[in-house]
Amino acid sequence: MTKKQKQLLIRIIVAAVFFVPLYLLSEGIIPNELPKWAILVLFLIPYLTAGHDVIRKALIGIKNRRPFDECFLMTVATVGAIVLGEYGEGAAVMLLYQVGELFQGIAVGRSRRNISALMDIRPDYANIEAEDGTLERVDPDEVETGSVIVVQPGEKVPIDGVVTEGTSALDTAALTGESRPRGVSVDDTVLSGSVNLTGVLKIRTTAEFGESTASKILELVENAASRKAKSEHFVAKFARIYTPAVCFAALALAVLPPLFCMITGIGLGGGVTAGQLLRDWLLRACTFLVISCPCAIVISVPLSFFAGLGGAGSRGILIKGANYLETLASVGTVAFDKTGTITKGTFEVTAVHHNTLDGNELLELAAHAECHSSHPISLSLQRAYGKPVDPARVADVQEISGHGITAKVDGRAVAVGNERLMNRLGVLPEHCHSAGTIIHVALDGEYAGHFVIADEVKERAKEAMEALAKAGVGRTVMLTGDINAVAKSVAEEVGISEYRAELLPQDKVACVEELLAGSTGGKKLAFVGDGINDAPVLSRADIGIAMGALGSDAAIEAADVVLMDDDPVKIAKAIRIARKCIRIVRENIGFALGVKAVCLILSALGRADMWIAILADVGVMVLAVLNAIRCLFVKDL
Amino acid sequence: MKKSYKIEVDCANCANLMEEAAKKTEGVKDASVSFMTLKMKVEFEEGADAAAVMQKVLANCKKVESDCEIYL
Repeated sequence: MTKKQKQLLIRIIVAAVFFVPLYLLSEGIIPNELPKWAILVLFLIPYLTAGHDVIRKALIGIKNRRPFDECFLMTVATVGAIVLGEYGEGAAVMLLYQVGELFQGIAVGRSRRNISALMDIRPDYANIEAEDGTLERVDPDEVETGSVIVVQPGEKVPIDGVVTEGTSALDTAALTGESRPRGVSVDDTVLSGSVNLTGVLKIRTTAEFGESTASKILELVENAASRKAKSEHFVAKFARIYTPAVCFAALALAVLPPLFCMITGIGLGGGVTAGQLLRDWLLRACTFLVISCPCAIVISVPLSFFAGLGGAGSRGILIKGANYLETLASVGTVAFDKTGTITKGTFEVTAVHHNTLDGNELLELAAHAECHSSHPISLSLQRAYGKPVDPARVADVQEISGHGITAKVDGRAVAVGNERLMNRLGVLPEHCHSAGTIIHVALDGEYAGHFVIADEVKERAKEAMEALAKAGVGRTVMLTGDINAVAKSVAEEVGISEYRAELLPQDKVACVEELLAGSTGGKKLAFVGDGINDAPVLSRADIGIAMGALGSDAAIEAADVVLMDDDPVKIAKAIRIARKCIRIVRENIGFALGVKAVCLILSALGRADMWIAILADVGVMVLAVLNAIRCLFVKDL
Repeated sequence: MKKSYKIEVDCANCANLMEEAAKKTEGVKDASVSFMTLKMKVEFEEGADAAAVMQKVLANCKKVESDCEIYL
């Protein structure tokens, strides 16, 4: 509890201690001879103890010409009740209103702490080894790229880097939601935000603190709350119109019916005087004001979204704003990029089919031609070559998007790419019947052979498609630049209903646009990619999901949802988290408005007294807040 | 230019009022207040002096919500 909350708690306890015996006295349960004015004065003690700040705020509001807020509602209602002789009720309403406020403050504070604990990846310091071998703690902001830092067991890795000395296991749960420790040794990349578990590591940093994974993720999470959902805007607008509206409604309720009765004479007579009638309606108006307090909705909606974002973050799903939670909840179609999303993206050269040249020589030329590319296929060629590549032998590299690469290696014109590239160069490629991606090579304009490169389907891809179907996603489409045969076999293997093959990067955007045009009835389209080459598609879809995005800045920039590891099952999980969150928001709005509407009508008809009113206000608020906190629990979704 | 400030406010509705007040302040292009993270993000107009504008934002916020605080 904060200092403010502690003070409020003490005030509530003191007020309650005064209030209970006083109430018994005033109701005559404890027989007494106290005059009415004495009881009034005594009741003012708990009333002011509990509510003096509410009254003060209401007065300041009036002075600044912004009178219509919760404090104003409560002040008018309780002062009204006391003036009308209902001392006990007036004091009780103020007391219980403050109990509600205290509860709300504590609940919000707790979820704030809970969520920041979930995202507890902010490193406070970095260790730098001094010349005499002692460790010095420095601000991670001051560590330059390329410095060597020391991370001891139990400490967080403060900055991204590469291990230069030591072996250890890392806990990456805060980053990826994966609870199994990851073993690292020399030359492995480590990401900031993971916790070193067993051994001392020396790490050469590869980024500045501000550019490191932990800082990026924290920035993303902190910005998420400022992108508000439509329902949040709705609530803010609603509160602005609603409070003045109920104030005028209450005023009308206090004045019009008695006026009507007095003019027409209906309801008067039989011992009922005009004064009694007016008092009765004024009291109803006060009750009306107490019920109408909008705090239940105003607090529970942003709290639900905040808890939902935090809960998703704790499972390695970063959602960039509450507005994306809403879109994610109404996803009806998911389009996938194949490579890196459904398949592992770790290509292996499985066969070399060569004609005149020796296979290894062919591989050497291809690996050199591709030496400047970070495309997974290029990397697989370089891996298969197995020897260090000498970039000095390569010149005139040209990357033709969706086709391949042409370059001069040792002065010879080498072209490495797909069938389209060969057609473009006027070379007749040989057809191959092996399953996999075929990469052709032309040497000085002559066909020289091809490589068969195969990619493995992710173990959990099939499970992911089943989970999506269960989550109510009706349509799944796979988009790939790969040839038809490969696309077909992958789609069938994992159970994707549709596929589009042999697409150039720009075709993928067109495909997504066609899918967007085809989705009706408020159903949204999500596109899932690994962030390599598909940033435009990620931003074109209703919602872009980047997978395994740790380390890929372009993907983090372009996507709306970032899955920190590459487990495809997380897509369905993200959708289910969003659905749960939106459902809770709707439940809260519906429940709070429903209960209030019923109680407002009852109070206007004179069937609800102050006690019911304050229960309708505080009770609904407590239930709505508790319901909102459920958004945080997403483990078993 | 965008800047983020830590704030102190007691209720969600008050945070909404602060956001309104900040948006209406001269020199502010857009503003967003998150009650949950207790942060105010302000995007300033071109060439506006952030420190001077924030003083006005603070004054306007105090007007709508006397208990609020912005840590400048």
